[in-house]
Amino acid sequence: MSIWVGLVVASLLIWALKTAGYVVPRRFVEGALMSRVAGLVTAALLASLVIAQALGDNGAVTVDARLPAVGVAAILLYFKAPFMVVLLAAGVVAAGLRFLGLMV
Amino acid sequence: MAEEFNAHHHRRARNQGFQVAAAVSLYGVSFGALSVALGFSIGQTMVLSLLMFSGASQFAFIGIVATGGLTAVGAAVASAGLLGVRNGLYALRMSPIIGPGFFKRALAAQLTVDESTAVAVAQSDLTSSRHGFWATAFSLYAGWNISTLIGAIAGDALGDVRTWGLDAVAAAAFLALLWPRLTSREPVVVAIGAAAVTIVLIPVVPAGIPVLAAAAVGIMSGIYRHRVAPHAPERTEGGAS
Repeated sequence: MSIWVGLVVASLLIWALKTAGYVVPRRFVEGALMSRVAGLVTAALLASLVIAQALGDNGAVTVDARLPAVGVAAILLYFKAPFMVVLLAAGVVAAGLRFLGLMV
Repeated sequence: MAEEFNAHHHRRARNQGFQVAAAVSLYGVSFGALSVALGFSIGQTMVLSLLMFSGASQFAFIGIVATGGLTAVGAAVASAGLLGVRNGLYALRMSPIIGPGFFKRALAAQLTVDESTAVAVAQSDLTSSRHGFWATAFSLYAGWNISTLIGAIAGDALGDVRTWGLDAVAAAAFLALLWPRLTSREPVVVAIGAAAVTIVLIPVVPAGIPVLAAAAVGIMSGIYRHRVAPHAPERTEGGAS
């Protein structure tokens, strides 16, 4: 699948999911199970993406400047820092460690 | 008197929407910059924000394709789609609030995301919910796309992702999206399980597959927990898109 096809298919898929909620009668899909699963799938996917993005490196698990950067992001999130501050701090930590030659 | 009271509530709902949209829109800059820095064209980046319009799904798509290449496009589509399932549930919640009208409902569907739903359901009466939804929806759609474009143009000039720590920014972005969902023990335990599965699988299977395995962990835990404790508190709203 080319990137363009993937982009459009994924966008249509998400559009279809949003539209389905307006078309399908509520009683067919709404229930404690569905919202439980949707909530936990979201948490599981995001947690997995954090790990894949922070430690994954072409099919290997690698510790580099990304890990301390994510650690700093977690501390800032704990203290309820705004989104942009968290992202900027992560970028600055990783870029800084690499610039100083402390980590790859 | 009553009319004045209502107008006050509607204005407050709209203002809440504008504030939420302004804050979240800024985040589009990082999406645009990251997407282009990871190798996507400005056109592809804009299609994601204009058509997909769902932050977590967009980040997942570019993240997985960037690490796995063309062979991971299928996994990227599946992950982005799974992250979009909750939008379908928001749509169910929003359907009676939006009311009848084909064009209006079609438009509302595309704009049903975490933020517009959260502002709408936080209001105390139906009309305020509508005001809150549309104010958030329109300003976020405009803001998110404008800031994506700004980020994409800036990202074009940045060059190597790693020099600027943008690979770490992507990881921090997923963490920031996850954080507001960790409100009870259940999502925390599932998130830790999903993280463990991912670490174990990364060296063994192709890129993109560990994320799908983690999704399976989420689905199975949801079904299991529903059987053991069907009435435990649940949470579908809130967080960033």
